[in-house]
Amino acid sequence: MSLLLTTKLTKHFGENRAVDGVDFAVREGQVLALIGSNGAGKTSLVNLISGLLRADSGQILFRGVDVTAESVHGRIRAGIARSFQLVNLFDQLTCLDNVALSIFAREGKARKLFSLAGRYRGIWEEAAEVLHRFGLDGKARMLAGGIAQGERKLLDVAVAYALHPRLLFLDEPTSGVSTREKAPIMDIISSIVRSQGITAVIIEHDMDIVFNYSDRIVCMHQGTILAEGTPDEIRRNESVTTTLIGTPAS
Amino acid sequence: MTAAFLSRGGRSPVRPVKVVASVAAGVVLLLVLPYLLAPYQTLLLTYGLVMAIAALGFNLLLGYTGLLSFGHSAFFGVGAYAVAFMVKYLDLASMELFIVGATVASALVTALFGLVCVRYTRIFFSILTLALSQVLWSLAFKFFWVTGGTDGLRVPTPRLLGRAVAASEDKTTFLVHAYYTYVLVLFLACVALMWVIVNSPFGKALQAIRDNETRAEFVGVQIWRYRWIAFMVSGVFTGLAGALWVPLNGLTTPDILYWPFSGEIVFMAVLGGFRTFTGPIIGAIVFNYLKTYAVGFTVYWQLLLGVILVTLVLALPTGITGSAGQLLARLRRAA
Amino acid sequence: MGIILIHILNALLYASVLFLIAGGLSLIYGVMRIVNLAHGNLYAIGAYVTAWVVGQWLVGAPTVVLYLLIPAGALAAAAAGAIIEPTLLRRFYKRAEEYQLLVTFGLLMILEDVVRFIWGPYPLSASVLWSELGSIAIGDALYPTYNLLVIAVGGVAAAFLWVFVYRTRFGVVLRAASQDMRMAAALGINVNRVYVQAFTLGCFMAGLAGAIIVPSQSAVLGMSVDALILAFIVVVIGGLGSLEGALVGALVVGVVREAGIALFPEIELALLYLIAAIVLLVRPAGLFGRTA
Repeated sequence: MSLLLTTKLTKHFGENRAVDGVDFAVREGQVLALIGSNGAGKTSLVNLISGLLRADSGQILFRGVDVTAESVHGRIRAGIARSFQLVNLFDQLTCLDNVALSIFAREGKARKLFSLAGRYRGIWEEAAEVLHRFGLDGKARMLAGGIAQGERKLLDVAVAYALHPRLLFLDEPTSGVSTREKAPIMDIISSIVRSQGITAVIIEHDMDIVFNYSDRIVCMHQGTILAEGTPDEIRRNESVTTTLIGTPAS
Repeated sequence: MTAAFLSRGGRSPVRPVKVVASVAAGVVLLLVLPYLLAPYQTLLLTYGLVMAIAALGFNLLLGYTGLLSFGHSAFFGVGAYAVAFMVKYLDLASMELFIVGATVASALVTALFGLVCVRYTRIFFSILTLALSQVLWSLAFKFFWVTGGTDGLRVPTPRLLGRAVAASEDKTTFLVHAYYTYVLVLFLACVALMWVIVNSPFGKALQAIRDNETRAEFVGVQIWRYRWIAFMVSGVFTGLAGALWVPLNGLTTPDILYWPFSGEIVFMAVLGGFRTFTGPIIGAIVFNYLKTYAVGFTVYWQLLLGVILVTLVLALPTGITGSAGQLLARLRRAA
Repeated sequence: MGIILIHILNALLYASVLFLIAGGLSLIYGVMRIVNLAHGNLYAIGAYVTAWVVGQWLVGAPTVVLYLLIPAGALAAAAAGAIIEPTLLRRFYKRAEEYQLLVTFGLLMILEDVVRFIWGPYPLSASVLWSELGSIAIGDALYPTYNLLVIAVGGVAAAFLWVFVYRTRFGVVLRAASQDMRMAAALGINVNRVYVQAFTLGCFMAGLAGAIIVPSQSAVLGMSVDALILAFIVVVIGGLGSLEGALVGALVVGVVREAGIALFPEIELALLYLIAAIVLLVRPAGLFGRTA
């Protein structure tokens, strides 16, 4: 059974068919790459599934449960989390705070207003552990707004990861970062995701990363799925290579 | 900014012992002040402490949640009028009951207003708070047979902890000693409570909402629910301030529901620095002195306030505490 | 029958004034994404200046001349806007929203006291212009002819604005700038000039509202904040940033208020707030608006 299954998922913006009747499936434990040229509908699809956008029609089934009408909060509780292409962090809080907040929210403790946050030792230890896994220990007490771009991308993922999601969407986790830094970032993300058995969907433009880190690739074009398959199948798929700008490195 | 400074989250390393010692010294000083100062000065300070509670409540919304309210006079007024109604219609005189009544009344009003206000974008939020406080103000006029209209309602000195103004004690002595101490204790309690709240998980969630609403939602924080609770806490603190204010003033009138008073509360927080915890407290106390002396000079007091506010926003957006902090940091680096 | 017509006229009268105020607010927001909390004060300045020119400075001049001088208030408000925007507000477009709100609130306090300083705390009237036109018979009732003039001005202003925004080159520039300022700048549009022109136009509209209504109701302190809140209700209903929205919102508010006054005089204001609250709950961006 698929962890995630969308059926004829559609979203229009006026005339623009951003997502047009998409049937998208993700199996548990997969690391899936979502590729396509700009405007293909990748981010819109992720926005629909994560809850940032409401679908015009179609269905989203997560772990067999229909979440199409579910609020963002409901989807997070169900186990869907995401990171953002344009880094979305709490810039005036420390890196540790950023991650800790996810954990407080996950544990249902974020609404406690009459006890000091510092008292919840377990949560702070877990937050420190997450930062350590992402290689961000040294930045624990720095404000999120003051660290380097590559570190911010990692922190963005760490914040989503701390929610212990079943399905993690990563929206261009290496965009805006120099080529040299991309692989190290993906190494960290990939090792964490695989070791924890988290199912991940990665939107990526960099074909090297796509072919090196994913089990399965889904290619979108103009709001629909053009092709899907293993990296080898996609590499040999002519319609993919012609519609995407730049051919994959072999 | 140096890396070391940043790695401490931008905070200077101060040992807890030093903090506790200076706070304790400050508290002791505040307690003995009535014996050191002229009665008028102590009265002035009492007003300052009351306004500090109001500003502290207000800033939970501005500094920590990122919501700018132009309608806090409504909650102050609800607190004050609640006390006045309890005197007029229920014939009560116990300060403790006044506090309970004011708290309940402000909780109800803030819950209602909050339901409408917190769902909306910041501009709409700000004007909505202004609009709703104006509704309350106009109601205070319309139903003048209930509220006393422009004449207002008188509130005699209350009984503190069961002990009323003794026959031998005159009102001023009572206010300067007993009432001042009462207000001081409540002020300290409010400061402590607010400090816990802003350093609680809830406080962190509010700051997250302030910094990045979208991400806060995607981390599982239900935005409008948290804002609503913050709105209520903020309003109740301000309502409590109103309740403490009215026995000092002896009288409550619709003026405290009128929008310029909301403007004064905003001004206090901005003057002191709305991005720090102590900013609103210092801002309120300084403002109180500023107002008392300036009102003696000119009737165009609002003009002065407006000019200072604009200047602050242009030149010193971090207010007194922020600018002092930056100055200290610069001096420390130079040393 | 005559009574219904009178109610309709009253609603249109109120709507005319509100459209000018709210339209100005919306126009400014549409182009510059700034809500000027002191917008109501420009309405007040329009009212005070016209009342002063007509009722004090040039009192006794031939009535025709006085009528021609009504727009003086609008021009004064426009002049104030042309000064305020480049000197004060422009620095805040790039800053966080709180600062914009704070500085315009400071401006509100300043202008409120400036008006009080110049013209004192007592109402200023220009009622001679209102009474001069007499009344006209509608059914069995008499209706002030001046009110019809106000409605006409409102209608003409709406038409003129429509032509201006949709049929002139400046209008095209304005609409381009409101959709994407950076793109407009890249296409060679002088952004700063657009800013001050848009702001001045918005202030002119607010001042005109004050100027034309002052013969019928005096200029008083506190009218600024009342106007701001009413304008806000209009843009809540009609949507911020849209002139059509301001028109529709103004009509709705005008009708509801008139119905409220006729049926339940006590809760007039509360009814308006209730409508605004309902609209906010159902369509947070208003009927036509964009809250980007």
